[in-house]
Amino acid sequence: MPYSSLSDIQTRLENGETTAVAVAQTYLDRIAAHNDALNAFVHIDTEHVLAQAKASDAHRAEHGARPLEGLPIAVKDIFCTQDGPTQCCSKILKDFHAPYDAHVITKLKEAGAVLVGKTNMDEFAMGSSTETSAFGPCRNPWNTDCIPGGSSGGSAAAVAAALTPAALGTDTGGSIRQPAAVTGITGLKPTYGRVSRRGIIAFASSLDQAGPMTRTVKDAAMITAAIAGHDPADATSVADAPMPDWLAACDAQSMQGMKIGKPKEYFVDGMDADVRAAVEAALKQCEALGAEIVDISLPHTDKAVAAYYVIAPSEASANLSRYDSVRYGHRCDDPEDLLDMYTRSRDEGFGSEVKRRILTGAFALSSGYYDAYYLKAQQVRTLIQRDFIEAFKQVDVIATPTSPVPAFKLGEKTDDPLTMYLSDIFTIAVNLAGLPGLSQPCGFSGGLPVGLQWIGPAWREDLILSAAAAYESATDWSKQTPEQFSPAGGDA
Amino acid sequence: MNIDVQKVAMLARIRLTDEEAAELGPQLSNIIGYVEQLASVDTDGVAATAHPHDAAMPLRADAVTNSNRRDALQQPAPKIESGLYVVPKVVE
Repeated sequence: MPYSSLSDIQTRLENGETTAVAVAQTYLDRIAAHNDALNAFVHIDTEHVLAQAKASDAHRAEHGARPLEGLPIAVKDIFCTQDGPTQCCSKILKDFHAPYDAHVITKLKEAGAVLVGKTNMDEFAMGSSTETSAFGPCRNPWNTDCIPGGSSGGSAAAVAAALTPAALGTDTGGSIRQPAAVTGITGLKPTYGRVSRRGIIAFASSLDQAGPMTRTVKDAAMITAAIAGHDPADATSVADAPMPDWLAACDAQSMQGMKIGKPKEYFVDGMDADVRAAVEAALKQCEALGAEIVDISLPHTDKAVAAYYVIAPSEASANLSRYDSVRYGHRCDDPEDLLDMYTRSRDEGFGSEVKRRILTGAFALSSGYYDAYYLKAQQVRTLIQRDFIEAFKQVDVIATPTSPVPAFKLGEKTDDPLTMYLSDIFTIAVNLAGLPGLSQPCGFSGGLPVGLQWIGPAWREDLILSAAAAYESATDWSKQTPEQFSPAGGDA
Repeated sequence: MNIDVQKVAMLARIRLTDEEAAELGPQLSNIIGYVEQLASVDTDGVAATAHPHDAAMPLRADAVTNSNRRDALQQPAPKIESGLYVVPKVVE
Protein backbone atom coordinates (compact mmCIF):
# COMPACT_ATOMS: atom_id res chain seq x y z
CA MET A 1 0.00 0.00 0.00
CA PRO A 2 2.49 2.75 0.85
CA TYR A 3 3.22 3.54 -2.78
CA SER A 4 -0.47 3.43 -3.78
CA SER A 5 -2.05 6.51 -5.30
CA LEU A 6 -4.70 8.46 -3.41
CA SER A 7 -7.33 7.25 -5.85
CA ASP A 8 -6.32 3.60 -5.27
CA ILE A 9 -6.58 4.09 -1.51
CA GLN A 10 -9.94 5.76 -2.04
CA THR A 11 -11.19 2.73 -3.99
CA ARG A 12 -10.02 0.35 -1.27
CA LEU A 13 -11.74 2.46 1.39
CA GLU A 14 -14.94 2.53 -0.65
CA ASN A 15 -14.86 -1.26 -1.08
CA GLY A 16 -14.39 -1.77 2.62
CA GLU A 17 -10.99 -3.46 2.07
CA THR A 18 -9.34 -1.12 4.55
CA THR A 19 -10.19 1.69 6.98
CA ALA A 20 -8.95 5.23 7.40
CA VAL A 21 -7.38 4.18 10.70
CA ALA A 22 -5.45 1.33 9.04
CA VAL A 23 -4.32 3.63 6.22
CA ALA A 24 -3.18 6.29 8.68
CA GLN A 25 -1.31 3.68 10.75
CA THR A 26 0.53 2.44 7.65
CA TYR A 27 1.91 5.90 6.95
CA LEU A 28 2.60 6.68 10.61
CA ASP A 29 4.70 3.49 10.68
CA ARG A 30 6.53 4.59 7.52
CA ILE A 31 7.21 7.99 9.09
CA ALA A 32 8.49 6.38 12.28
CA ALA A 33 10.79 4.11 10.28
CA HIS A 34 12.15 6.60 7.74
CA ASN A 35 11.77 10.20 8.84
CA ASP A 36 15.11 10.28 10.65
CA ALA A 37 16.88 9.51 7.37
CA LEU A 38 15.00 12.21 5.44
CA ASN A 39 13.88 14.92 7.90
CA ALA A 40 10.78 15.36 5.74
CA PHE A 41 8.40 16.01 8.64
CA VAL A 42 9.01 18.65 11.29
CA HIS A 43 5.86 17.98 13.29
CA ILE A 44 3.77 14.85 13.76
CA ASP A 45 1.09 14.24 16.37
CA THR A 46 0.34 10.52 16.08
CA GLU A 47 -2.68 10.53 18.36
CA HIS A 48 -4.25 13.45 16.56
CA VAL A 49 -3.75 11.74 13.18
CA LEU A 50 -5.42 8.56 14.43
CA ALA A 51 -8.26 10.55 16.00
CA GLN A 52 -8.97 12.23 12.66
CA ALA A 53 -8.87 8.84 10.90
CA LYS A 54 -11.28 7.35 13.44
CA ALA A 55 -13.66 10.29 12.98
CA SER A 56 -13.42 9.81 9.22
CA ASP A 57 -14.36 6.14 9.45
CA ALA A 58 -17.34 7.14 11.61
CA HIS A 59 -18.35 9.83 9.10
CA ARG A 60 -18.22 7.33 6.26
CA ALA A 61 -20.37 4.85 8.19
CA GLU A 62 -22.97 7.42 9.24
CA HIS A 63 -23.14 9.92 6.40
CA GLY A 64 -21.20 8.42 3.48
CA ALA A 65 -17.87 9.50 2.03
CA ARG A 66 -16.80 13.06 1.23
CA PRO A 67 -14.43 13.69 -1.74
CA LEU A 68 -11.18 13.00 0.19
CA GLU A 69 -12.67 10.83 2.95
CA GLY A 70 -9.98 9.20 5.07
CA LEU A 71 -7.11 10.09 2.72
CA PRO A 72 -3.87 11.16 4.44
CA ILE A 73 -2.45 14.48 3.25
CA ALA A 74 0.62 16.18 4.73
CA VAL A 75 1.01 19.96 4.56
CA LYS A 76 4.02 22.24 4.35
CA ASP A 77 4.85 24.11 7.55
CA ILE A 78 3.71 27.34 5.83
CA PHE A 79 -0.03 26.56 6.23
CA CYS A 80 -1.62 27.90 9.40
CA THR A 81 -3.33 25.12 11.35
CA GLN A 82 -5.07 25.46 14.68
CA ASP A 83 -3.81 22.02 15.61
CA GLY A 84 -0.09 21.86 16.39
CA PRO A 85 2.60 24.45 15.67
CA THR A 86 2.97 26.49 12.45
CA GLN A 87 6.58 27.68 12.28
CA CYS A 88 7.40 28.22 8.60
CA CYS A 89 10.67 26.47 9.54
CA SER A 90 11.91 29.76 11.00
CA LYS A 91 13.30 30.55 14.45
CA ILE A 92 11.24 33.73 14.46
CA LEU A 93 8.05 31.62 14.58
CA LYS A 94 9.36 29.04 17.03
CA ASP A 95 6.43 27.41 18.88
CA PHE A 96 3.89 29.67 17.12
CA HIS A 97 0.37 28.27 17.24
CA ALA A 98 -1.97 29.81 14.69
CA PRO A 99 -5.32 31.02 16.03
CA TYR A 100 -7.09 29.92 12.82
CA ASP A 101 -6.85 27.44 9.95
CA ALA A 102 -5.74 28.47 6.47
CA HIS A 103 -8.65 28.45 4.01
CA VAL A 104 -7.21 25.41 2.20
CA ILE A 105 -6.85 23.54 5.49
CA THR A 106 -10.54 24.18 6.21
CA LYS A 107 -11.34 22.92 2.69
CA LEU A 108 -9.29 19.73 3.18
CA LYS A 109 -11.01 19.07 6.51
CA GLU A 110 -14.43 19.64 4.95
CA ALA A 111 -13.50 17.15 2.22
CA GLY A 112 -12.73 14.51 4.86
CA ALA A 113 -8.93 14.39 4.53
CA VAL A 114 -6.75 13.23 7.41
CA LEU A 115 -4.00 15.82 8.00
CA VAL A 116 -0.78 13.94 8.65
CA GLY A 117 1.57 16.67 9.92
CA LYS A 118 3.82 19.52 8.93
CA THR A 119 6.59 19.09 6.37
CA ASN A 120 10.04 20.64 6.18
CA MET A 121 10.75 23.60 3.91
CA ASP A 122 13.21 26.38 3.28
CA GLU A 123 12.72 29.11 5.88
CA PHE A 124 9.75 31.25 4.77
CA ALA A 125 9.84 29.26 1.48
CA MET A 126 12.99 31.10 0.43
CA GLY A 127 15.21 28.55 -1.22
CA SER A 128 15.47 25.79 -3.79
CA SER A 129 16.97 23.02 -1.68
CA THR A 130 15.27 22.88 1.77
CA GLU A 131 18.66 23.61 3.32
CA THR A 132 17.69 26.93 4.93
CA SER A 133 15.16 25.30 7.31
CA ALA A 134 15.58 26.10 11.00
CA PHE A 135 14.94 22.37 11.56
CA GLY A 136 17.91 21.27 9.46
CA PRO A 137 18.04 20.16 5.84
CA CYS A 138 15.71 17.62 4.26
CA ARG A 139 17.13 14.85 2.04
CA ASN A 140 16.23 13.30 -1.29
CA PRO A 141 14.89 9.71 -1.05
CA TRP A 142 16.66 8.79 -4.31
CA ASN A 143 20.04 9.71 -2.85
CA THR A 144 20.21 11.00 0.69
CA ASP A 145 23.41 12.93 -0.08
CA CYS A 146 21.30 15.11 -2.39
CA ILE A 147 18.79 17.87 -1.78
CA PRO A 148 15.05 17.22 -2.36
CA GLY A 149 14.60 20.56 -4.08
CA GLY A 150 12.77 23.41 -2.47
CA SER A 151 11.19 25.15 -0.99
CA SER A 152 8.52 22.42 -0.57
CA GLY A 153 11.26 19.78 -0.20
CA GLY A 154 9.73 18.11 2.86
CA SER A 155 6.41 17.56 1.08
CA ALA A 156 8.27 16.22 -1.98
CA ALA A 157 10.51 13.84 -0.03
CA ALA A 158 7.56 12.62 2.06
CA VAL A 159 5.54 11.71 -1.05
CA ALA A 160 8.54 10.29 -2.94
CA ALA A 161 9.40 7.94 -0.04
CA ALA A 162 5.71 7.12 0.60
CA LEU A 163 5.64 8.59 4.10
CA THR A 164 2.32 10.06 2.92
CA PRO A 165 0.43 9.44 -0.33
CA ALA A 166 0.05 13.18 -0.98
CA ALA A 167 0.99 16.60 0.36
CA LEU A 168 0.37 20.28 -0.12
CA GLY A 169 3.11 22.69 -1.10
CA THR A 170 3.31 26.31 -2.13
CA ASP A 171 4.96 27.70 -5.25
CA THR A 172 6.29 31.26 -5.54
CA GLY A 173 9.02 30.67 -8.13
CA GLY A 174 8.91 26.90 -8.60
CA SER A 175 8.67 25.61 -5.03
CA ILE A 176 6.13 22.88 -5.89
CA ARG A 177 7.34 21.96 -9.37
CA GLN A 178 11.13 21.91 -8.86
CA PRO A 179 11.08 19.64 -5.76
CA ALA A 180 8.46 17.43 -7.47
CA ALA A 181 10.81 17.14 -10.46
CA VAL A 182 13.96 16.24 -8.53
CA THR A 183 12.16 13.67 -6.32
CA GLY A 184 10.22 11.99 -9.14
CA ILE A 185 6.67 12.93 -8.20
CA THR A 186 3.87 15.07 -9.68
CA GLY A 187 3.28 18.66 -8.57
CA LEU A 188 0.74 21.23 -9.75
CA LYS A 189 0.88 24.98 -9.27
CA PRO A 190 -2.62 26.24 -10.08
CA THR A 191 -3.37 29.52 -11.84
CA TYR A 192 -2.70 32.53 -9.59
CA GLY A 193 -6.00 33.38 -7.89
CA ARG A 194 -7.36 29.84 -8.16
CA VAL A 195 -6.63 28.91 -4.54
CA SER A 196 -7.09 31.18 -1.53
CA ARG A 197 -3.89 32.41 0.12
CA ARG A 198 -5.59 33.22 3.43
CA GLY A 199 -3.71 31.60 6.28
CA ILE A 200 -0.73 30.71 4.09
CA ILE A 201 2.24 32.57 5.56
CA ALA A 202 2.99 35.19 2.91
CA PHE A 203 6.27 35.32 1.00
CA ALA A 204 5.52 37.21 -2.24
CA SER A 205 1.83 37.95 -2.43
CA SER A 206 1.55 38.45 -6.20
CA LEU A 207 3.27 35.09 -6.88
CA ASP A 208 2.40 32.66 -4.05
CA GLN A 209 0.01 29.84 -4.85
CA ALA A 210 -0.74 26.55 -3.05
CA GLY A 211 -1.06 23.22 -4.81
CA PRO A 212 -0.83 19.42 -4.55
CA MET A 213 2.23 17.13 -4.63
CA THR A 214 1.21 13.58 -5.44
CA ARG A 215 2.13 10.24 -7.00
CA THR A 216 -0.23 10.62 -9.98
CA VAL A 217 -1.83 13.29 -12.14
CA LYS A 218 -5.33 12.26 -11.10
CA ASP A 219 -4.40 12.62 -7.43
CA ALA A 220 -3.23 16.17 -8.13
CA ALA A 221 -6.60 16.88 -9.77
CA MET A 222 -8.53 15.39 -6.81
CA ILE A 223 -6.79 17.66 -4.32
CA THR A 224 -7.00 20.76 -6.51
CA ALA A 225 -10.73 20.17 -6.93
CA ALA A 226 -11.05 20.21 -3.13
CA ILE A 227 -8.97 23.34 -2.43
CA ALA A 228 -9.83 25.57 -5.42
CA GLY A 229 -12.46 28.28 -5.35
CA HIS A 230 -13.09 31.87 -4.48
CA ASP A 231 -12.55 33.01 -0.91
CA PRO A 232 -14.07 36.41 -0.12
CA ALA A 233 -11.41 36.83 2.58
CA ASP A 234 -8.56 36.75 0.01
CA ALA A 235 -8.91 39.77 -2.26
CA THR A 236 -6.59 38.19 -4.85
CA SER A 237 -8.57 34.96 -5.17
CA VAL A 238 -10.61 35.38 -8.33
CA ALA A 239 -14.40 35.21 -8.05
CA ASP A 240 -15.52 34.46 -11.59
CA ALA A 241 -12.79 32.02 -12.64
CA PRO A 242 -14.01 29.25 -14.96
CA MET A 243 -13.93 25.95 -13.04
CA PRO A 244 -12.89 22.91 -15.09
CA ASP A 245 -14.11 19.39 -14.50
CA TRP A 246 -10.86 18.36 -12.81
CA LEU A 247 -11.29 14.60 -12.87
CA ALA A 248 -12.79 14.40 -16.35
CA ALA A 249 -9.71 16.25 -17.63
CA CYS A 250 -7.52 13.39 -16.40
CA ASP A 251 -9.85 10.67 -17.65
CA ALA A 252 -9.73 11.91 -21.24
CA GLN A 253 -6.05 10.89 -21.48
CA SER A 254 -5.78 11.81 -25.10
CA MET A 255 -3.21 13.87 -26.94
CA GLN A 256 -4.72 13.41 -30.36
CA GLY A 257 -4.42 16.72 -32.20
CA MET A 258 -2.99 18.58 -29.21
CA LYS A 259 -0.51 21.30 -30.14
CA ILE A 260 2.46 21.33 -27.76
CA GLY A 261 4.76 24.35 -27.83
CA LYS A 262 8.49 23.70 -27.41
CA PRO A 263 10.15 27.02 -26.47
CA LYS A 264 13.72 27.25 -27.74
CA GLU A 265 14.76 29.34 -24.71
CA TYR A 266 14.18 26.30 -22.44
CA PHE A 267 16.53 24.00 -24.33
CA VAL A 268 19.87 25.70 -23.92
CA ASP A 269 23.58 25.05 -23.52
CA GLY A 270 24.60 24.48 -19.92
CA MET A 271 21.64 22.33 -18.96
CA ASP A 272 22.26 18.73 -17.93
CA ALA A 273 22.56 16.53 -21.07
CA ASP A 274 20.50 13.69 -19.59
CA VAL A 275 17.77 16.11 -18.52
CA ARG A 276 17.62 17.47 -22.03
CA ALA A 277 17.59 13.99 -23.56
CA ALA A 278 14.81 12.81 -21.22
CA VAL A 279 12.59 15.80 -22.04
CA GLU A 280 13.29 15.51 -25.79
CA ALA A 281 12.37 11.81 -25.59
CA ALA A 282 9.16 12.69 -23.72
CA LEU A 283 8.18 15.09 -26.50
CA LYS A 284 8.86 12.38 -29.10
CA GLN A 285 6.55 10.11 -27.14
CA CYS A 286 3.85 12.79 -27.11
CA GLU A 287 4.21 13.01 -30.89
CA ALA A 288 3.71 9.27 -31.10
CA LEU A 289 0.57 9.72 -29.00
CA GLY A 290 -0.87 12.06 -31.62
CA ALA A 291 0.33 15.48 -30.49
CA GLU A 292 1.94 18.01 -32.76
CA ILE A 293 5.17 19.60 -31.50
CA VAL A 294 5.45 23.27 -32.48
CA ASP A 295 8.70 25.23 -32.09
CA ILE A 296 7.95 28.50 -30.34
CA SER A 297 9.82 31.38 -28.73
CA LEU A 298 9.30 33.12 -25.40
CA PRO A 299 11.80 35.91 -26.02
CA HIS A 300 11.93 37.49 -22.55
CA THR A 301 12.69 34.20 -20.76
CA ASP A 302 16.28 35.16 -19.97
CA LYS A 303 15.09 38.19 -17.98
CA ALA A 304 12.64 36.26 -15.81
CA VAL A 305 15.08 35.40 -13.01
CA ALA A 306 16.22 39.03 -12.74
CA ALA A 307 12.63 40.33 -12.64
CA TYR A 308 11.74 37.69 -10.05
CA TYR A 309 14.68 38.56 -7.80
CA VAL A 310 13.44 42.14 -7.64
CA ILE A 311 9.70 41.46 -7.29
CA ALA A 312 9.77 38.51 -4.86
CA PRO A 313 12.26 40.05 -2.38
CA SER A 314 10.45 43.41 -2.55
CA GLU A 315 7.16 41.80 -1.63
CA ALA A 316 8.92 39.65 0.97
CA SER A 317 10.50 42.66 2.65
CA ALA A 318 7.04 44.22 2.97
CA ASN A 319 5.35 40.99 4.12
CA LEU A 320 8.03 40.11 6.64
CA SER A 321 7.89 43.55 8.26
CA ARG A 322 5.04 42.07 10.32
CA TYR A 323 7.57 40.12 12.41
CA ASP A 324 8.04 42.96 14.88
CA SER A 325 7.95 40.76 18.01
CA VAL A 326 4.89 42.61 19.30
CA ARG A 327 1.89 40.43 18.43
CA TYR A 328 3.69 37.12 17.86
CA GLY A 329 7.10 35.73 17.11
CA HIS A 330 10.49 35.73 18.76
CA ARG A 331 11.44 38.64 21.03
CA CYS A 332 15.04 39.23 22.11
CA ASP A 333 15.95 39.30 25.79
CA ASP A 334 15.89 42.61 27.67
CA PRO A 335 15.34 45.10 24.83
CA GLU A 336 16.70 48.57 25.66
CA ASP A 337 14.09 50.37 23.62
CA LEU A 338 11.64 49.77 20.79
CA LEU A 339 14.25 50.03 18.01
CA ASP A 340 16.57 47.64 19.83
CA MET A 341 13.66 45.21 20.23
CA TYR A 342 12.80 45.28 16.52
CA THR A 343 16.33 45.08 15.17
CA ARG A 344 17.73 42.50 17.57
CA SER A 345 14.64 40.25 17.52
CA ARG A 346 14.72 40.22 13.71
CA ASP A 347 18.47 39.59 13.60
CA GLU A 348 18.12 36.64 15.98
CA GLY A 349 14.94 35.27 14.41
CA PHE A 350 15.68 35.32 10.67
CA GLY A 351 18.21 33.06 8.96
CA SER A 352 20.77 34.41 6.51
CA GLU A 353 18.84 33.66 3.27
CA VAL A 354 15.76 35.41 4.63
CA LYS A 355 17.88 38.41 5.60
CA ARG A 356 19.42 38.48 2.12
CA ARG A 357 15.98 38.60 0.52
CA ILE A 358 14.62 41.21 2.92
CA LEU A 359 17.67 43.42 2.31
CA THR A 360 17.45 42.96 -1.47
CA GLY A 361 13.81 44.01 -1.33
CA ALA A 362 14.41 46.89 1.06
CA PHE A 363 17.11 48.18 -1.29
CA ALA A 364 14.95 47.80 -4.43
CA LEU A 365 12.08 49.68 -2.77
CA SER A 366 14.22 52.38 -1.18
CA SER A 367 14.00 56.03 -2.11
CA GLY A 368 15.68 56.77 -5.43
CA TYR A 369 15.83 53.12 -6.60
CA TYR A 370 12.13 52.20 -6.86
CA ASP A 371 11.71 53.15 -10.55
CA ALA A 372 14.95 51.51 -11.68
CA TYR A 373 14.28 48.21 -9.93
CA TYR A 374 10.73 47.47 -8.76
CA LEU A 375 8.81 49.40 -11.41
CA LYS A 376 11.16 48.20 -14.15
CA ALA A 377 10.77 44.58 -13.02
CA GLN A 378 6.97 44.87 -13.05
CA GLN A 379 7.16 46.22 -16.63
CA VAL A 380 9.40 43.31 -17.70
CA ARG A 381 6.87 41.06 -16.02
CA THR A 382 4.19 42.41 -18.35
CA LEU A 383 6.43 41.55 -21.33
CA ILE A 384 6.90 38.01 -20.02
CA GLN A 385 3.11 37.63 -19.72
CA ARG A 386 2.71 38.88 -23.30
CA ASP A 387 5.21 36.26 -24.51
CA PHE A 388 2.92 33.55 -23.15
CA ILE A 389 -0.26 35.16 -24.51
CA GLU A 390 1.32 35.24 -27.99
CA ALA A 391 2.50 31.63 -27.66
CA PHE A 392 -0.93 30.38 -26.65
CA LYS A 393 -2.34 31.78 -29.89
CA GLN A 394 -0.33 29.04 -31.63
CA VAL A 395 -0.38 26.13 -29.17
CA ASP A 396 -2.62 24.50 -26.54
CA VAL A 397 0.07 23.83 -23.94
CA ILE A 398 3.82 24.34 -23.55
CA ALA A 399 6.29 21.63 -22.50
CA THR A 400 9.74 22.28 -21.00
CA PRO A 401 12.17 20.74 -18.53
CA THR A 402 11.16 21.66 -14.95
CA SER A 403 14.72 22.07 -13.70
CA PRO A 404 17.91 22.41 -15.79
CA VAL A 405 19.69 19.91 -13.54
CA PRO A 406 18.77 16.92 -11.35
CA ALA A 407 19.09 17.11 -7.54
CA PHE A 408 22.49 18.43 -6.46
CA LYS A 409 24.49 17.52 -3.37
CA LEU A 410 23.73 19.11 0.00
CA GLY A 411 25.99 22.11 0.56
CA GLU A 412 26.97 22.35 -3.10
CA LYS A 413 25.31 25.71 -3.74
CA THR A 414 24.88 27.21 -0.29
CA ASP A 415 27.97 29.42 -0.59
CA ASP A 416 26.76 31.17 -3.70
CA PRO A 417 23.21 32.54 -3.44
CA LEU A 418 23.09 33.59 -7.09
CA THR A 419 23.88 30.06 -8.37
CA MET A 420 21.11 28.74 -6.15
CA TYR A 421 18.68 31.31 -7.59
CA LEU A 422 19.36 29.99 -11.10
CA SER A 423 17.94 26.57 -10.07
CA ASP A 424 14.51 28.06 -10.77
CA ILE A 425 15.33 29.38 -14.23
CA PHE A 426 12.60 27.25 -15.93
CA THR A 427 9.84 27.68 -13.36
CA ILE A 428 9.92 31.39 -12.45
CA ALA A 429 8.33 32.82 -15.61
CA VAL A 430 5.18 30.77 -14.95
CA ASN A 431 4.71 32.51 -11.58
CA LEU A 432 5.40 35.94 -13.04
CA ALA A 433 2.68 35.31 -15.63
CA GLY A 434 0.31 33.75 -13.07
CA LEU A 435 -0.14 30.61 -15.19
CA PRO A 436 -0.77 27.00 -14.15
CA GLY A 437 2.24 24.66 -14.29
CA LEU A 438 2.64 20.96 -13.63
CA SER A 439 5.76 18.82 -13.24
CA GLN A 440 5.73 15.07 -13.71
CA PRO A 441 8.54 12.49 -13.87
CA CYS A 442 9.92 11.70 -17.35
CA GLY A 443 13.23 9.91 -16.79
CA PHE A 444 16.47 9.80 -14.85
CA SER A 445 19.88 11.41 -14.89
CA GLY A 446 22.56 9.58 -12.92
CA GLY A 447 19.92 7.69 -10.94
CA LEU A 448 18.07 10.92 -10.05
CA PRO A 449 14.60 11.80 -11.36
CA VAL A 450 14.02 14.31 -14.17
CA GLY A 451 10.85 16.41 -14.43
CA LEU A 452 8.77 17.41 -17.45
CA GLN A 453 6.95 20.73 -17.02
CA TRP A 454 3.59 21.51 -18.62
CA ILE A 455 2.46 25.13 -18.81
CA GLY A 456 -1.10 26.09 -19.69
CA PRO A 457 -3.05 29.28 -20.37
CA ALA A 458 -4.61 30.96 -17.33
CA TRP A 459 -7.49 28.91 -15.84
CA ARG A 460 -6.77 25.97 -18.19
CA GLU A 461 -5.39 23.47 -15.68
CA ASP A 462 -7.63 20.98 -17.51
CA LEU A 463 -5.37 21.12 -20.60
CA ILE A 464 -2.15 20.39 -18.72
CA LEU A 465 -3.85 17.70 -16.62
CA SER A 466 -5.06 16.01 -19.84
CA ALA A 467 -1.62 16.13 -21.43
CA ALA A 468 0.11 14.93 -18.27
CA ALA A 469 -2.43 12.13 -17.70
CA ALA A 470 -1.99 10.92 -21.28
CA TYR A 471 1.80 10.92 -20.96
CA GLU A 472 1.60 9.20 -17.56
CA SER A 473 -0.63 6.40 -18.86
CA ALA A 474 1.77 5.74 -21.76
CA THR A 475 4.92 5.55 -19.60
CA ASP A 476 5.90 4.12 -16.23
CA TRP A 477 8.09 6.91 -14.82
CA SER A 478 5.50 7.76 -12.15
CA LYS A 479 5.60 4.16 -10.89
CA GLN A 480 9.32 4.20 -10.04
CA THR A 481 10.17 4.10 -6.35
CA PRO A 482 13.46 4.78 -4.52
CA GLU A 483 15.05 1.48 -3.51
CA GLN A 484 16.27 2.62 -0.10
CA PHE A 485 12.68 3.33 0.94
CA SER A 486 10.96 0.36 -0.67
CA PRO A 487 8.30 -1.25 1.51
CA ALA A 488 9.64 -3.80 3.97
CA GLY A 489 8.01 -7.26 3.98
CA GLY A 490 5.75 -6.42 6.90
CA ASP A 491 4.29 -3.25 5.41
CA ALA A 492 0.61 -3.48 4.53
CA MET B 1 27.35 48.78 -7.25
CA ASN B 2 28.60 49.53 -3.76
CA ILE B 3 25.73 49.22 -1.30
CA ASP B 4 25.74 50.53 2.25
CA VAL B 5 24.41 47.30 3.73
CA GLN B 6 24.07 48.68 7.25
CA LYS B 7 21.87 51.50 5.99
CA VAL B 8 19.62 49.07 4.10
CA ALA B 9 19.50 46.78 7.14
CA MET B 10 18.36 49.67 9.30
CA LEU B 11 15.58 50.43 6.79
CA ALA B 12 14.50 46.79 7.22
CA ARG B 13 14.88 47.02 11.02
CA ILE B 14 17.45 44.26 11.17
CA ARG B 15 20.58 44.69 13.26
CA LEU B 16 23.56 43.14 11.54
CA THR B 17 26.71 42.15 13.35
CA ASP B 18 29.93 43.28 11.64
CA GLU B 19 30.58 39.70 10.48
CA GLU B 20 27.08 39.46 8.96
CA ALA B 21 27.49 42.82 7.25
CA ALA B 22 30.85 41.73 5.83
CA GLU B 23 29.23 38.61 4.34
CA LEU B 24 25.91 40.06 3.22
CA GLY B 25 27.31 43.27 1.72
CA PRO B 26 29.14 41.68 -1.23
CA GLN B 27 26.31 39.15 -1.75
CA LEU B 28 23.79 41.97 -1.94
CA SER B 29 25.99 43.80 -4.45
CA ASN B 30 26.21 40.61 -6.54
CA ILE B 31 22.44 40.14 -6.56
CA ILE B 32 21.77 43.77 -7.44
CA GLY B 33 24.50 43.56 -10.09
CA TYR B 34 22.70 40.57 -11.61
CA VAL B 35 19.26 42.19 -11.69
CA GLU B 36 20.68 45.34 -13.31
CA GLN B 37 20.39 43.52 -16.67
CA LEU B 38 16.72 44.56 -16.54
CA ALA B 39 17.89 48.02 -17.63
CA SER B 40 18.69 46.60 -21.08
CA VAL B 41 15.02 45.70 -21.74
CA ASP B 42 13.01 48.25 -23.72
CA THR B 43 9.93 48.90 -21.59
CA ASP B 44 8.85 52.23 -23.08
CA GLY B 45 5.08 52.51 -22.81
CA VAL B 46 4.75 49.09 -21.15
CA ALA B 47 2.35 49.08 -18.17
CA ALA B 48 3.63 47.59 -14.94
CA THR B 49 1.86 44.43 -13.80
CA ALA B 50 -0.41 44.94 -10.80
CA HIS B 51 -2.33 41.64 -10.69
CA PRO B 52 -1.32 38.79 -13.03
CA HIS B 53 -4.83 38.59 -14.48
CA ASP B 54 -5.76 42.25 -14.27
CA ALA B 55 -8.43 41.26 -11.77
CA ALA B 56 -10.08 44.12 -9.96
CA MET B 57 -9.59 44.23 -6.22
CA PRO B 58 -13.09 43.82 -4.80
CA LEU B 59 -14.28 45.78 -1.79
CA ARG B 60 -16.25 43.94 0.83
CA ALA B 61 -19.25 45.31 2.65
CA ASP B 62 -18.38 47.48 5.65
CA ALA B 63 -19.88 45.05 8.12
CA VAL B 64 -18.61 43.28 11.23
CA THR B 65 -17.97 39.61 10.42
CA ASN B 66 -15.63 38.54 13.23
CA SER B 67 -16.50 37.67 16.75
CA ASN B 68 -14.30 38.92 19.58
CA ARG B 69 -11.38 36.48 19.76
CA ARG B 70 -8.96 38.67 21.64
CA ASP B 71 -7.69 35.95 23.95
CA ALA B 72 -6.98 33.53 21.11
CA LEU B 73 -5.32 36.19 18.98
CA GLN B 74 -3.14 37.40 21.85
CA GLN B 75 -2.13 33.91 22.91
CA PRO B 76 1.02 33.91 20.68
CA ALA B 77 2.18 37.37 21.84
CA PRO B 78 5.57 37.59 23.59
CA LYS B 79 4.17 39.81 26.37
CA ILE B 80 0.64 40.95 27.18
CA GLU B 81 -0.98 42.58 30.20
CA SER B 82 -4.70 43.26 30.74
CA GLY B 83 -5.37 42.53 27.08
CA LEU B 84 -2.69 44.95 25.88
CA TYR B 85 0.57 44.25 24.06
CA VAL B 86 3.54 45.23 26.20
CA VAL B 87 6.56 46.84 24.51
CA PRO B 88 9.51 48.87 25.83
CA LYS B 89 8.65 52.39 26.92
CA VAL B 90 8.36 54.74 23.92
CA VAL B 91 7.57 58.07 25.65
CA GLU B 92 9.34 59.70 28.55
